[in-house]
Amino acid sequence: MADRERKVTDKEKTAGTGKVKLIPVYVMGKRYLVPETLTIMKALEYAGYRFIRGCGCRGGICGACATVYRKPGDYHIRVGLACQTVVEPDMYLTQIPFYPANRASYDFAQLSDSPEEIFKLYPEVFRCIACNSCTKACPMDVQVMDVISAVKQGNIERAATLSFSCIQCGLCVSRCMGELPQYHIMQLARRIYGSRIAPRAEHLNEAVEAAKGEKCQQALEKLMKSDIKQLREIYQSREIEPEMAGEDWTPAKRDDL
Amino acid sequence: MPYTEELKNLIKAVEKTRPQRLARKKQGEEFPRMSLDEVEAILKKYHPDYKEEGRRELKVGPSKGYQIAQEFADLLEAWSRINPDKIDLSRVDIETDVLIIGGGGAGTAAALLAEQNGARVIVATKLRHGDANTMMAEGGIQAATKIEKDSACLHYLDTLGGGHFKNEPELVHTLVTQAPEILRWLEGLGVMFDKFPDGRLHTLLGGGTSRKRMHSCGDITGIEIMRDIRDEARNRENITVLEFAPAIELVLNEHGHCAGAILYNLETEEYSVVKARATILATGGCGRLHIQGFMTTNHYGATADGIVLGYRAGLKLKLLHTVQYHPTGVVYPEQLEGILVTEKFRGAGANLVNIGGEQFVNEREPRDVESAAIIRECLERGKGVPTPTEKLGVWLDSPMIDTLMGEGAVEREFPGKFIVYQRFGIDISKEPMLIYPTLHYQNGGLEYNARGETSVPGLFIAGEVSGGVHGENRLIGNSLLDVLVFGRVAGESAADYAKDKARDGGLSLQHVEDYHRELEKSGIVTDRVTPILLPDYANPEVRERQLTARHAEK
Repeated sequence: MADRERKVTDKEKTAGTGKVKLIPVYVMGKRYLVPETLTIMKALEYAGYRFIRGCGCRGGICGACATVYRKPGDYHIRVGLACQTVVEPDMYLTQIPFYPANRASYDFAQLSDSPEEIFKLYPEVFRCIACNSCTKACPMDVQVMDVISAVKQGNIERAATLSFSCIQCGLCVSRCMGELPQYHIMQLARRIYGSRIAPRAEHLNEAVEAAKGEKCQQALEKLMKSDIKQLREIYQSREIEPEMAGEDWTPAKRDDL
Repeated sequence: MPYTEELKNLIKAVEKTRPQRLARKKQGEEFPRMSLDEVEAILKKYHPDYKEEGRRELKVGPSKGYQIAQEFADLLEAWSRINPDKIDLSRVDIETDVLIIGGGGAGTAAALLAEQNGARVIVATKLRHGDANTMMAEGGIQAATKIEKDSACLHYLDTLGGGHFKNEPELVHTLVTQAPEILRWLEGLGVMFDKFPDGRLHTLLGGGTSRKRMHSCGDITGIEIMRDIRDEARNRENITVLEFAPAIELVLNEHGHCAGAILYNLETEEYSVVKARATILATGGCGRLHIQGFMTTNHYGATADGIVLGYRAGLKLKLLHTVQYHPTGVVYPEQLEGILVTEKFRGAGANLVNIGGEQFVNEREPRDVESAAIIRECLERGKGVPTPTEKLGVWLDSPMIDTLMGEGAVEREFPGKFIVYQRFGIDISKEPMLIYPTLHYQNGGLEYNARGETSVPGLFIAGEVSGGVHGENRLIGNSLLDVLVFGRVAGESAADYAKDKARDGGLSLQHVEDYHRELEKSGIVTDRVTPILLPDYANPEVRERQLTARHAEK
């Protein structure tokens, strides 16, 4: 295609952007000139695309904008998040709007803390051939293959903590030879860990009771009836827990509880 | 992009004052807090909400005469996306007990509770299930969980103080008294809160809170909560989620009750009619309106659709004259512009300092005050740090956290932010972050009560689209709490209403026709069509060439 061989003219380099340099990128094979400082997401928008799919939080945390790209003279297929990856000259790229992955359905309340639960729901976990493609694809640097190994070994705690930063973008799934739905498996592991294995916050029970209790309700009613002047006074004089105070700190004034 | 040489030189001033600031912090010395009078003065002078030219009086609708941001007024003084005459309301495409508009935190919590209370639930959401500001909440969730030093009363007081005492007392009462229960519910669903080895929850101070009451899951509290409640919703048989299907108008019936909505398939561009015995509006916030040109932390879909729908259906606006600018949004590197740097950084000990490395505000003032102080430092006092993209910012001195809490603390406590900066060659455990206020939250919204009900029977609301609970300024950690508390409340109320209170009747879009008539009469001349659904970030030169006049009328 003649388009691909064309050199960028000086005029194009500076068109409409003041001093910013424009570079060519190929969106699904079609050439556009975009400022070199933009992320893939902003570059596509600059070119005139308006996203329906493939765009979410725009801050690298929601997993909506998985992108696959290649650089000139490089056989590697690379992946990343469009909102976090800066364009490079002659990049070939496309968004992945959706990638199917098997998700098991379960009644969470009936599950135990046993790894057998995961094996039953996701038997394909044993199809992992330890190629590590998932880990290489992860834009959050989650050690995906290690998580899957931990699941296979029955170590739910390790699987949960290692996978905590997962944003469920699905790039691991897209590269997996064993066809595992890694991010769904991790989700289940974390939920089992959070509710069945990690030590429970027992103090929540007394806090729930205290909030419903008569003493608290009466004090709240009193506050709700106070006028602004009274409220401002109480507010200004409230004791503030010092930033550097330890967990055992207790207030000097007990009456405002 | 890594910091430029110029910025690296400027960082030296921060490094120079850091040992003294650390020493002061260790001794418990703090930068003095402002009195309520000083607060009022600085807000009036520097907070964007108070700028006269930023707002105008509404000429139509139930809150006619109310002064709100130009960007909101533009949305409300606009035509519907549909011609009501062309919608065949006798052909109902989907029928359900409860329709929930919005699949973020509030909508999903509502779905769980409505289903639990026996309702068949449809969740219609504009993007993917979970695509919402909830997902992006970093700092945490407030609840008085440590009764030896904290109580719902103190939480109540902090919330009111932060909101300038304009909050609706009944709503705050519900918020604070249900807070501990919400944490217990989330733990049961598997949310991995930060804990001590004995299970006791970690808590931190936040701006405007008098106790360490912020509970977190690293610095990705929102995503951890959202993905768990979404996972739970996916397991429930009676919850169906329709993605890429925003509602563009509510449907009322002959009794004036809400009876569903018109959905729009973003991909096929079809409209469809959903009939529901009860409807919950949980569409979230407005950051993508870029009020007064501010950058935003918000999700791509935060375009205040629900405000438009609810207003046309007759709901009044409440406290919508204020929006929240989060004090610490990234201003450089450019690629991360606008994104949130959680308040938890300040809670963990990082100072805010100007170009000279000097502190200029206490780090735990409520957000509006903190933002106003940063704007003053940059615009009036000339002590902002210039960025390579010709903007101004101040430093958030994150490396202090490693000294205060031990080497590796920044990476451990803020894994999300650490990696995002690392991608651009900045190590925030060694270099400070350059920040400026960023549009973050819609403090007000549509009017409702503590049962999630509105002035239209059959219509319930929850979350950021609502107004009242946060007064004029929301406190940190109260938004995640809000979506969960009032999402659950609305879900329960709607299921209850659907069971035996809903009255069947012929469907109608008369309210849209009436609204159009009022627009015509008011003399407003515009071709604006709302809700806008998605922002437009095309390069202006491209936009000039996007000349499609309109889709062919069928």
